[in-house]
Amino acid sequence: MGAGCNLRRDKIDRRNGKKGKWMLFRVAERVGGRALGATRGLGRTGVFLAAAVWNAVVPPYRGRDILKQIHFFGVKSLFVIVLTAAFTGMVLSLQGYYTLRKFGSEGLLGAAVALSLIRELGPVLTALMVTGRAGSALAAEIGIMRIGEQIDSLETMGIDPVRFLVAPRIVAALVSIPLLTAIFDVVGIYGGYLVGVKLLGLDAGQYFGHMKASVELADVVNGVWKSLAFSFLIVWVCSFKGFFTERGAEGVSRATTSAVVISSVLVLIGDYVLTSVLL
Amino acid sequence: MNCRDLSCEQCTVGDPEGPPILRLVGVDKILDGKKVLDHIDLDIPRNRITAIIGLSGAGKSVLLKHMIGLLKPDRGQVLLDGVDLLHLSRKELFETRRRFGMLFQSGALFDSLDVFGNVAFPLREKTKLGEEQIRERVLVILRKVGLEDAEGKFPDELSGGMVRRVALARAMVMDPEIILFDEPTTGLDPIIRNSILNLICRTFHDHKFTMVMISHDIPDIFNWCHHVVVVHGGKVIEAGAPKDVRNSVNPFVHQLVQGDIHGPVHLM
Repeated sequence: MGAGCNLRRDKIDRRNGKKGKWMLFRVAERVGGRALGATRGLGRTGVFLAAAVWNAVVPPYRGRDILKQIHFFGVKSLFVIVLTAAFTGMVLSLQGYYTLRKFGSEGLLGAAVALSLIRELGPVLTALMVTGRAGSALAAEIGIMRIGEQIDSLETMGIDPVRFLVAPRIVAALVSIPLLTAIFDVVGIYGGYLVGVKLLGLDAGQYFGHMKASVELADVVNGVWKSLAFSFLIVWVCSFKGFFTERGAEGVSRATTSAVVISSVLVLIGDYVLTSVLL
Repeated sequence: MNCRDLSCEQCTVGDPEGPPILRLVGVDKILDGKKVLDHIDLDIPRNRITAIIGLSGAGKSVLLKHMIGLLKPDRGQVLLDGVDLLHLSRKELFETRRRFGMLFQSGALFDSLDVFGNVAFPLREKTKLGEEQIRERVLVILRKVGLEDAEGKFPDELSGGMVRRVALARAMVMDPEIILFDEPTTGLDPIIRNSILNLICRTFHDHKFTMVMISHDIPDIFNWCHHVVVVHGGKVIEAGAPKDVRNSVNPFVHQLVQGDIHGPVHLM
């Protein structure tokens, strides 16, 4: 009786041992698969980036397509940029005035508004607005071209889709987003002026005088570097997501969403990194 | 002209026994962990219409994409006139693709361009022709496919049959040697379907392109081609003249040709 029990227990233990081994194998297989997938994804991102940069830099340039994309990124984003900039400047001025008044320094409002906009808020908010308006459309457009076999069709005609679709957009973004950022800064400063000077009664000379004394060329240059970096980031992420869209309409919607989310997060992370490097 | 049986002198010119224009040798492909092509050996005869038939998911479209280098085999060779596409640089591959035209199942027309723009697109991108010459050439092709009045329409204003005809015009406009068709008649009603097949046949009659066509129009497709290839489970299980394939003793081919629900393939 006791020997039979032991035998049965041995069998169960052996079976459990085998099960445990298989479980381990399965876990290892899954972890390995994920790691391989992630490495492949990273490699693909890098190759795509290299191809995009190469095609954007090496002639022939697609002048007409670049102009069309400047219109798409720049002109069509202008309204939303002006609106966002005006209200950002106004709220900055409103908050800044009451904070500075506590220290008797409300005269520095112009400098505070201008420095905040030129160094941080201008490049970041412009990049976020362009991501929401143009980046999502870019990911969706390229994604639809992928699932509609239009990208394959370009390849079969012997046309490099990266040169045709991505390179003009990179150049266009590098031209138009820094310009949009400059417009954002100017409109934001005038939004702050409206609230600070016209509404709260600050002296106009004081508002612009302190601004002129505090803002240096380096601040403007830092802002330009940031907006150039963000332009590149937005087009890279959004076109990559669209380019490798899979599985129909749902895939396009997933690609668009992740393009916007990843671009926005990378813009914020990039802002911190660039600020710490450029300061 | 009715070219339905492809038996006229024009349609049988050339030597079908000559060296094939395209040759696939031992091609394997695994996609998402599944073996989609399993050691495919296949010859595509020059100046002939070859139909590839098989069940959905058999690997036909993947096979077609290998022929033009859109997909690379995991193992094996794709030889175009003896040159392995796998050994070409990206630039050489793009140049080689000028010898091909391809008609996709969806048409793959560019939404932002009208019919004229779509057909003129490869000419504008890949040739140095002037706008006047391009216009002339596009209008000739559009007349051939019966769309001379639709040049200003956009893809979303076209019917399914018209989209396929525009796509065929775009595939032909560069005067390729080989045209690949990925299910050119799927989803079309019988009259439009026959008009597309007749158009393909007439195009062959006039130009003698090598044509490779994936089709589900069984058994009608046997009347529209010179050579049939049957693909099942990623393998070529039968290849030959339509009458030989039609009389094949292979039980799967027999079931496919007859459209029989009883046989080696059980779907329910």
